[in-house]
Parts: sequence; structure tokens; C-alpha cells
Amino acid sequence: MSEVLVITSGKGGVGKTTTTANLGTGLALAGCKVVLVDTDIGLRNLDVVMGLENRIVYDLVDVVEGSCRVKQALIKDKRYEGLYLLPAAQTRDKSAVNPQQMMKLCQELKEEFDYILIDCPAGIEQGFKNAIAGADRAIVVTTPEVSAVRDADRIIGLLEANELRNPKLLINRLRMDMVKRGDMMSIDDIIDILAIGLIGVVPDDEKIVVSTNRGEPAITDDKALAGQAYRNIVRRIRGEEVPFLNFNEDQGFVDKLKKIFGLKAN
Amino acid sequence: MLLDLSKIFGKPKNSKEVAKERLKLVLIHDRANVSPQFLEMLKSEIIKVITNYMDVDESALDIQLTKTKSDDGESIVPALYANIPIKNIKSSGK
Repeated sequence: MSEVLVITSGKGGVGKTTTTANLGTGLALAGCKVVLVDTDIGLRNLDVVMGLENRIVYDLVDVVEGSCRVKQALIKDKRYEGLYLLPAAQTRDKSAVNPQQMMKLCQELKEEFDYILIDCPAGIEQGFKNAIAGADRAIVVTTPEVSAVRDADRIIGLLEANELRNPKLLINRLRMDMVKRGDMMSIDDIIDILAIGLIGVVPDDEKIVVSTNRGEPAITDDKALAGQAYRNIVRRIRGEEVPFLNFNEDQGFVDKLKKIFGLKAN
Repeated sequence: MLLDLSKIFGKPKNSKEVAKERLKLVLIHDRANVSPQFLEMLKSEIIKVITNYMDVDESALDIQLTKTKSDDGESIVPALYANIPIKNIKSSGK
């Protein structure tokens, strides 16, 4: 059964696009047929994060306006079998698409793909409404900061109001060293405040910057801690039970970290 | 006996505790997307009914719109939180 997943956050710069790119690539590596849809019209970036910016011919607006067929606008990622990108238009704005058109597009894509990942723009206006219109499930990305958590709370409320029940939380850029010395909210702190289920935690990792520089998602890097975290989230999206972190045991910091992000069995 | 050492030595709180407190406060306002007048009306109606049965401390009354997990834990539902300190229960109400 195919599924439309929207990756959203409210606040900008928390890692929606990076998350979309990594989870999409991970799902494709797991053998699923995946399309990534960039709905950030006017400020598209999923194309550069994926390293596919030079291959854009048609875009999302062309598709909804009927200037081309969906298949013509889809960019096939030659590195990963079954992975496609539908880029946003760069020279238009959010009003070029409406929620009804997005719902229709998602329905059409569902016939072809196992997973449709929607990269949502920041904000709660038209772009957000478009992005969530055709979605079955939502992943809310936040970082352990006051501003990001506050916006996540607002987004969760708006998702519920739009009948998108049970959104899942992804905590991005967690720094265990800061959590340990009490200078960063912990996973439990954030879950307490937002009262939603967790789908995963991605540690702050320099390798994300390096991989974005290259246009190669970090999930393909076996050594990257963030890559491991993304691989775990991919498994959870596919319905697998992957154990979460345990903070209470007293053990070496590196071991603990490895265990938390699934590099070590126990 | 437990002593709050941080209070005695005046040690500042962890910044994450500050963050949590500030967040919780700001979210109470964000979540209550009803007008303050609405809450005031609700508050006075509740007091009106309750004072028929008991004496309450009106100045310490705390009413908030917040949210909580539903019984099945599947979704988040809005909740009306009311903390009403009772001074005395009227015998006529029994």
C-alpha cells in the first residue's frame, strides 16, 4: 500500500529538506519505489541537497498546470534504484498551487510509488496547506531549541485540526554532550512538552554538512552517526520496531552514543 | 532531610531548565487560542455554579486551556484545566 508522508516543522532551518532527502534515499535503498516532492515553491532546495539540480526540466507547477505530464517532470536518481524527485518551481510563488491540486497529484503518484515524501516549506500559510493536503502521515522535525519546539507545537495543533492524526516527532541535531551537562533539552523533555510519539533522534553531525556540500545524502555513509539514525527511522517508517535509547545506564559516553543511535546492539 | 542545595548556594539553574519553563509558559498562551474574555466568562460562570455548593478561593482560581493525550494515547486532545482551591463546603449542598 502506498503512503504519502509530509515532512514539516513550522520553523525554517531545522532540517526538513535534509530529512526528506535522507529518508527518501533510505526507503529507496530498502527496495521501495519513492518520489520526493519539493513543495517549497520559490525557495526550492531539495534538488541541490539531492545533487540533482542540473537535471531539472519541468517542475511541480508545470505538472499541476498541465504544461507537462507527471512522468516528464520526474527526475530519476541514477544512483539509487527507485528514487525520483519532483522539483518545485523556482520562479513562482506558493499561490501557483492549491490544496486540491496537491491532493489530485498525490493520488496520481500513489498509483506509481510506494512512498511519496513531501518536503514542506517553513511557515503555516499556503505552502504548508498545499504540502499537507494529500498527506496520510506527518513527521514533525524539531531541534532541541525553544523556538523550534514552540513552532513544532503550533504545527502539531494545525495538523490535528486538518485531520492529520498522530503525527510523529523527529528530533534533529541533538548534542549529547550538551544534554549531559544540562545545557540542552533532552529527548524526554521535548516529548513531555509536545506530547506526541517519537519516530527518531538524529545527532548533530558534521557529516551532514559534508554530504550536503557534495549532494550525496548522509544515510549512505556507513560511518556517519546521523546516517545510522536515519536508517533506524527508515525502518520505523516501514513498520519495524527499532528500540529507542536508554539514558539511565552508566556506561562510557561513546558506547552510550553508539547504542542510542543503533550502532551497537546492546 | 532533603535540602535544595542549589537554593542555598545560589547556583544558577541549568539553561535547559530555563528553556523548559519558558517554553511551557509560552505554550499555554499559544495553545489557548481563545480570547481572554472567553476564559473570563467561563471562569465567572464556573465560580457562580460552584459557590452554590462551596466557598472557593476566587483569587487563587486557575483556569487554562491546554492539551493532553487522549485515553488511547493515539492523539492529542484539548483539555480544560481548572484548579479551584476550596475554603469550605457548605452544609446545605450535602
